[in-house]
Amino acid sequence: MSEEIEGRMPSSDEATHKEQQEIDDNVITPEKAEEVKLKARYPHLGAKPGGSDLLRKRLQKGQKFFDSGDYNMAKAKVKNKQQLPAVTPAEKAEITGDHIPTPQDIPQRKPSIVASKLAG
Amino acid sequence: MAGVGGGNDFQWCFSQVKGAIDEDVAEADIISTVEFNYSGELLATGDKGGRVVIFQREQESKNRPHSRGEYNVYSTFQSHEPEFDYLKSLEIEEKINKIRWLPQQNAAHSLLSTNDKTIKLWKISQRDKRAEGYNLKDEDGRLRDPFRITSLRVPVLLPMDRMVEASPRRIFANAHTYHINSISVNSDHETYLSADDLRVNLWHLEITDRSFNIVDIKPANMEELTEVITAAECHPHQCNVFVYSSSKGTIRLCDMRAAALCDRQSKFFEEPEDPSSRSFFSEIISSISDVKFSHSGRYMMTRDYLSVKVWDLNMENRPVETYQVHEYLRSKLCSLYENDCIFDKFECCWNGADSAIMTGSYNNFFRMFDRNTRRDITLEASRENSKPRAILKARKVSTGGKRKKDEISVDSLDFNKKILHTAWHPKENVIAVAATNNLYIFQDKIN
Repeated sequence: MSEEIEGRMPSSDEATHKEQQEIDDNVITPEKAEEVKLKARYPHLGAKPGGSDLLRKRLQKGQKFFDSGDYNMAKAKVKNKQQLPAVTPAEKAEITGDHIPTPQDIPQRKPSIVASKLAG
Repeated sequence: MAGVGGGNDFQWCFSQVKGAIDEDVAEADIISTVEFNYSGELLATGDKGGRVVIFQREQESKNRPHSRGEYNVYSTFQSHEPEFDYLKSLEIEEKINKIRWLPQQNAAHSLLSTNDKTIKLWKISQRDKRAEGYNLKDEDGRLRDPFRITSLRVPVLLPMDRMVEASPRRIFANAHTYHINSISVNSDHETYLSADDLRVNLWHLEITDRSFNIVDIKPANMEELTEVITAAECHPHQCNVFVYSSSKGTIRLCDMRAAALCDRQSKFFEEPEDPSSRSFFSEIISSISDVKFSHSGRYMMTRDYLSVKVWDLNMENRPVETYQVHEYLRSKLCSLYENDCIFDKFECCWNGADSAIMTGSYNNFFRMFDRNTRRDITLEASRENSKPRAILKARKVSTGGKRKKDEISVDSLDFNKKILHTAWHPKENVIAVAATNNLYIFQDKIN
């Protein structure tokens, strides 16, 4: 492989460089192939690559939402329909407020502090 | 394949492993940070359960000249506990994100440990003597009636079983709206910085009710948010300089003498990207998960998802060295995105001489690169290789169609066995590798 590909960013790793040229001869890089796979499974995935959605999710880690009105209405629905609405989101996007926590869902209070096994 | 980290005959051997053997790993036992102190005598670990365990190296004994000092438990304490912020409806994990040792100033040792919201300064002191023969109190501690004392005696110091106590001396709270990812002690030994997703704060070690905000990248409109701070570190010698890295693969070096608010960087490090190779994953895998200055202060190293880069502080437009950690994962990015592994935050570290670097990978593999010889090696932290002084065999992942004997194929890698945290002794060839809930210590082979 002696052809130089224009605009290629400098890399000190020669092997990857040659590999890249070989793969490019097949038009699509492995990374782009993976992207195609992903878009096929999640067609609604955000147009903006790795953008605000991911960042916002990261910033909101740990946030718990609870509305007593929603909670009571959901409880009432259970009495009528014997079934809570499906909760698991199909895609990566989470819709705030859709999931009403019930006493069964809330994780038990963390057990009393135990010594680390590394010190055992 | 020998030769990494030392001379040509250099080889790594198993030394110790700490932690439970059972397959069922409790979430609280997952090690979240590992750090040697300045002398390497102490090794601290933090875990998801908010606990800190400190190991101390035993003095080398004349009886067993072939075994270098082993690390044994010195102290353990509960640093942070789970909290709930009712005002913001926020669950605050007790997981220890980082531990940083303070330089030793007296007989006691001090360290900073932090979770997502609160930094604590812990003082660890030991007592191995006690006084006996007090005048004003009995042996069991009860105060004596002063009128009953008819003679004076001089208390004597007697040896006692060593007792190690850890106490929280300072609590630095309420300064971070977002999750703390880094803390770094300044070379002036008086101040330290703490960084969360959008801000960097400067603290004085003695003052807990005030902290200075020195970087704020929060946009006026959160819809415009494009990047977050992923790591920050103080320069090892210049107390006015620090760096912070971003989720977009950039590093900004700031000089605190330039302005009170270091929103405008002094230097901006970014490797130009080839626009034709850009994909959905490009930004995610370029996110820097760790940044570390070399001991010399001349270089810094950054870790992104697939590589480690060494930058010369005098050259901003590209790194001087790039090392591929697990390039074979580039063709697995789709599944790594689906199982969230693409967001794993690997750390990296230098050896004491800045001649070698180490970082972790999957399947309990970790990688070392020798900057001088350009050799690299893949090693594994596993119980199977845990006979005392057993030499670690080089591992290899087969990328092509043909898999040689002893190689492991990419599809057989266990992505739940990730080595995110490693540490290198500041002076010797001793390394600590955290494999989920186990801590491995490896040393160089003694001839």
